[in-house]
This record gives sequence, C-alpha cells and structure tokens, in this order.
Amino acid sequence: METWWRALTFTLGYNTSLVTVGAMLLAAAAGMVGSYILLRKRALVSDAISHATLPGLALAFLVMGIWQGDGRVLPVLLAGAAGSAALGLWLVQRIAERTRLGEDAAIGAVLSTFFAFGVVLITVIQTLSVRGQSGLNSYLVGATAGMLYSEALLIAACALGLLVALLVWRRDFLLLCFDPAFARTQGYNTSRLDLLLLLLLMAVVVIGLKVTGLILIVALTIIPPVAARFWTDQPMRMVALAALLGALAGYLGVTLSSVREGLPTGPLIVLSAFGLFLISFLFSPRRGVLASLLAYQRLRRRVHLRQGLLALGRNEPIFDGLTLRLLRRRGLVRRDGVATPAGEAAARDAEHEERLWAHYRRRYPDDALHREHAGLTPIGQVLSADAIMALEAELPPAEVTR
Amino acid sequence: MNEFMMFSLVPLTIAIIISMTCALLGNFLVLRRQSLIGDAISHVALPGIVVSFLITGTLASLAMMLGAGVAALVTVALIELVRRLGRVEGTAAMGVVFTSLFAVGVLLLEWHGASGVHLDVEHALYGNLESLIWFDGVSLASLFDPQALADLPPQLGRAAWVGLVVVAFVVVMRRPLVLASFDPDFAASMRTRPALVDLMLVTLVAVAAIAAFEAVGSIIVIAMFICPAAAARLMTNRLGVQIVWSQVFALLAAVGGYLLAGEAPRWLGFDTSLSAAGMIASLAGLILLAACLFGPCRARTGAAHQD
Repeated sequence: METWWRALTFTLGYNTSLVTVGAMLLAAAAGMVGSYILLRKRALVSDAISHATLPGLALAFLVMGIWQGDGRVLPVLLAGAAGSAALGLWLVQRIAERTRLGEDAAIGAVLSTFFAFGVVLITVIQTLSVRGQSGLNSYLVGATAGMLYSEALLIAACALGLLVALLVWRRDFLLLCFDPAFARTQGYNTSRLDLLLLLLLMAVVVIGLKVTGLILIVALTIIPPVAARFWTDQPMRMVALAALLGALAGYLGVTLSSVREGLPTGPLIVLSAFGLFLISFLFSPRRGVLASLLAYQRLRRRVHLRQGLLALGRNEPIFDGLTLRLLRRRGLVRRDGVATPAGEAAARDAEHEERLWAHYRRRYPDDALHREHAGLTPIGQVLSADAIMALEAELPPAEVTR
Repeated sequence: MNEFMMFSLVPLTIAIIISMTCALLGNFLVLRRQSLIGDAISHVALPGIVVSFLITGTLASLAMMLGAGVAALVTVALIELVRRLGRVEGTAAMGVVFTSLFAVGVLLLEWHGASGVHLDVEHALYGNLESLIWFDGVSLASLFDPQALADLPPQLGRAAWVGLVVVAFVVVMRRPLVLASFDPDFAASMRTRPALVDLMLVTLVAVAAIAAFEAVGSIIVIAMFICPAAAARLMTNRLGVQIVWSQVFALLAAVGGYLLAGEAPRWLGFDTSLSAAGMIASLAGLILLAACLFGPCRARTGAAHQD
C-alpha cells in the first residue's frame, strides 16, 4: 500500500517515474487514435496489427542475435515489428478491398497467420544459442520492470511525438470519420488520410509492445474510446476524454504493478482501463445502464399514472397493482379504489388533456409528428397558451359519461 | 516407419481432425461475418483454464475443458450485454470483453506463477502437438493391438469425439444453419429459430476451440476457423462445394504443415524441428493468399464466372 502511494506520487525513483509517464503518454495516444478507429467502426484492425508484429519482432531478434550475439536491441526490434505490422495492415486492406471476403475474415486471417509464423520463427530462435531469449517473451505480455532507462526514454519520446501528430491532424481525421465524401469534395485525399490514421495506429501498437505486450495493446486502443463514448456525444470531447481515460489507466496500471515484484504491467493497465469502462458503462448519466434503468422506471410510472387517471375518469375499475400504488401514494384514490375529490379533479384534467392532444393530432398531424408523440408531456409545456386556447375553442363538447 | 508410428501418427491425426473440424465450422462463421468470434473464444480459454486450475487445483483435462467452456459462454454473454445495454458497436464490444478477460488470465497466471505450476502463456498459445507420443505404437500391427490402442494419448479420442459432434451438428441442422446464415429475417419468419441456431453454433465453436486448444494451442484454432473457409469462399459460389474445398484446404495445410515443421530444418542441415502448430497455420495462410491471388471467384460481385 505504501509502495503504491509512493509510486502514485512519483517518489519511487526516477526510472519508475519515467516508465509511468511514458505509459501514460502512450495510453493517451492510443486512446486518441483508437477513438477515430472506433468511429470508423474498425476497432479490431488494431488486433490484426498487433499480432502481425510478432514475425518482424522475431526476425529482427534473429538477425541481431546472429550478427551481434544478443538480440535485445529495442530500436531494431521495434523497426522489425513495424515492418511486419505494415505488411499485415496492407494485406488486411487489400483483402477487404479487392476480394469478396469481409474485413473480419481479413483481420482474422492476417492475425492468426502472422502470429503463427512468428511462433515458427521463435522455435527457430530457441534452437540457436542466442542470448536474451527470455527477453522476447516479455513482448507477449509486456514487462516494464526490467526496462532500461534508454528504452523508457525512447517510448516516452515516441508517444509524445504521436500525441502531437494526433493533435495536429485531429480535424482532418474527424472529417474522415464522419463524412468521407464531403472530405473529398473539400480537397482532402481521403485514402491518404486513412493510411495516415492507420500508420499512427500502427506506431502506437509497436511502441506499446514493450509496455503491455502484443496481445493486450489492442485493449488500450479499444477500451478507453468505448468508455469515453458513454460520457459525451461530441466527437472532439470523446477523443480528449479517451486520451484522459487512457492516461489514467496507464497511471494506475504502472503504479499498481510496482507494488509487488513480478506483477505484469500489461494486464494491470488493461484491467484499470476495464474498471474505468465499467464505471462509465454503469454510471454514465447519458447512456449508462443505471441511467437507462431509471429513465425506464420513470417512463413506466408516468404511463401507469396517466392510464390510471383516465380509467378513473371513465369510472372503470383499476386492477393493476403498480397503478393503484401510484394513485394511492399521491392521494388520488382511497384504499378501496374509489377516487378522492383530488383524484376526480386530476382525472378530469387528464381526460381533458388527452382530448386536447387527440384533437391536436387530428388537426395538425404533421406538426404532431415532430412533437413528443407519447402524449405524456403536459400539452402546456409543448404548445403556447394561445395555441391551446385556439384548440380548446375548436374542441367538440365532451360527451357526458355520468 | 516405426518412428513414424510412435512420434508422428497421433499428432498428425489430431492435427488433421482438428483442422477439418474447425474449417467446417469456419465456413459458417465466414459467411456470417463472425470470423472474429473464434478469435475471442480462443483468447478467453486462457482465463477459463487458469480459474478452473485455481478452483480445482488440478490440470486434469475435464476441469480444464469445463473452465474454458464456461469462460467461452461467459464471454459471449458479456459481449451481447455490452453491445445491447451499452449500445456499443459489435466488434468494439468484443474487443473490450476478450482483452479484459485475457488480461485477467495473464494476471492470475503471473500472480501464481511462482508456485511452479506447469502452465504458461506460451504453452496456451503454441500448444504441444509434438509431445503427444504413442509409446506402444511400434509398428503397423499396433493399430490392431487392443493393448497398444489403449495407450493412445487421450487427446486423440477427445478430438475425434468433437469432430463427430460437429459433423453431426452440421448434417442435422444444415437447413436452419444455412437459412440463418444467409437470411436471418427470413429464417425467423419460417420459425427455424435463428437465435437458437446462432447459440448452438457459438457453443460448438467454443467446444471445438477448446478441444483444439488442449492439443494444439490456440493459434492454429483461429487460423483454421478462418483461412481454409475464406480460401474456399474464393473458389466457388456454391456452399456445398465451398465446404468441400475448405476440407481439402484444411487437410492440405495440416499434412503439409506437419511434415514441413519436421522436415524443413533437416533439409537445411539442422537437427531440430519447428513448431508444428505454427507451421500448419502459416501454410493455411499461404493457401488463403494463393486463393486471394488466383481464386476463380475472388471478385466482390460474385459474378466472376457464370456457371
């Protein structure tokens, strides 16, 4: 607990702090680029990219190992990873564009095949006597514990560069996501812009390999944007929020992993992100589950109340338990189900309102279509007083029910 | 020959059975554009197995398969929950759920990794096809020797059972399955219960993935669900022919990949072998690549050839 607090306040040593900052920058960049990808409905493209890094990674390791005796040179490994990821990405694009296969099949085929070939290469590496073989496994699930200072610096610097690039091109990407045809008429080269976006995604994935590992980096490009989508309907705010949530997840994950020896960073970052997603999913006031549930309950009560009042007005018996409870709680009916004076007044109001709405719908069907059509809002809140006066004047006299 | 009986017969047979089983189901996944459900399910097998190990304390096959099966069903349910309640797009919901569950699996594994359990991420991904040795398989005669047959690795029997169940499912349910794959609305109007068929398909995908997972690792599973079926899709416009093609491709990839993994290094002068599962999947990818380049029906319009 104390170690965690020290990690949280950046007092656990320079290296840990640098890793934390690097992970936060990386996760922020991942959240931003992931938002655009999510808006383009291609969330799992990053899955293909991340799995496709393995053969390049292994090949670079093999070459460096044979050449220098030790394959663990981060810049070369990342360059190799980027190379094979680019090839995989190109294949996904080509298969989805040029053949009848859907993008899902293209993604699945590329990710499994590339990963499998990477596994074959790893078995080749295992037969050779190259030092630092265990270092390769850290790219599968990520490890920041043994990260060198220079590596952490490289990751942080690259992540910062990506963030700047994403900020510079934010409006272009937005246009691409929402209206590619319009973007073309405005003189944007959309296919090049699309490529740029995917290249930035690839860069995020490749840089993140060392932090979360290649299987889990996908999560950083998907979960924060999905979580951010719950809180806002404005795309720019969503991108900013996704960056913020990503950074928060990175911060929590890295600091948590420093609590105990051998705790893997990647899963902790992903689970932190998932925690943030869960909070958004449940408690977001706009689209959250709780908010939807409450809105549903409110609507249900209003419908029951209105139906109950109309039944009272028509002197019909009420059997529904919820309706009776609602009416009784408001003092509109007595215990035996007979209307109180207040209830009779409310019932007359409701009946009048219903007739006004019905007349309005008959008289101005087009206008009514554009208004709230459940007829549950008091008509006084929808129409002006003059309009209601005019409607009331046109209203045919009510038939006497009792 | 004797060496082949002992070391290669069982792994090769298992690889063939699993490849063909996965490819059979893959036809429908590719048609429905649900290819990635296989990806998600094979990822969450890891947390399922780890949790079942933590609960039962054994690595017995039954417990492992049960754990992975429960995890698969939980995943499908969670994906639907996030998609429906959160109004999140389908692929994104899938991404959220399976990566998080996989993270749980890795975390639990590393947390308890110190206790010296033989269970690691690599094993789960790569499988250990080569270790399925039939010690009593000394010659051709062993095939008819009940005593030797009793010593066959249990994975073989399990893979065979799963293969039979999948074939039976596809044969019995072929009409509702095809109907629901091409036109779910029409299927619903014909009262063939497309939702139920969907659920059964996903369950069988999970069963096949888990049986394969135990024997050959999860990579080959994803490749086999997608590559042969996708390649077959580019060869023909008829479903029946497509299924036959996918089976041929799966067989080709399994046999070729297995032999290549064992023999290729020897041609180059090394006395080792490569990952058979990885090689099989790579070969399946190459077959798909060839189909993408030369398949007679690769164009999107589907009217490349009138026949």
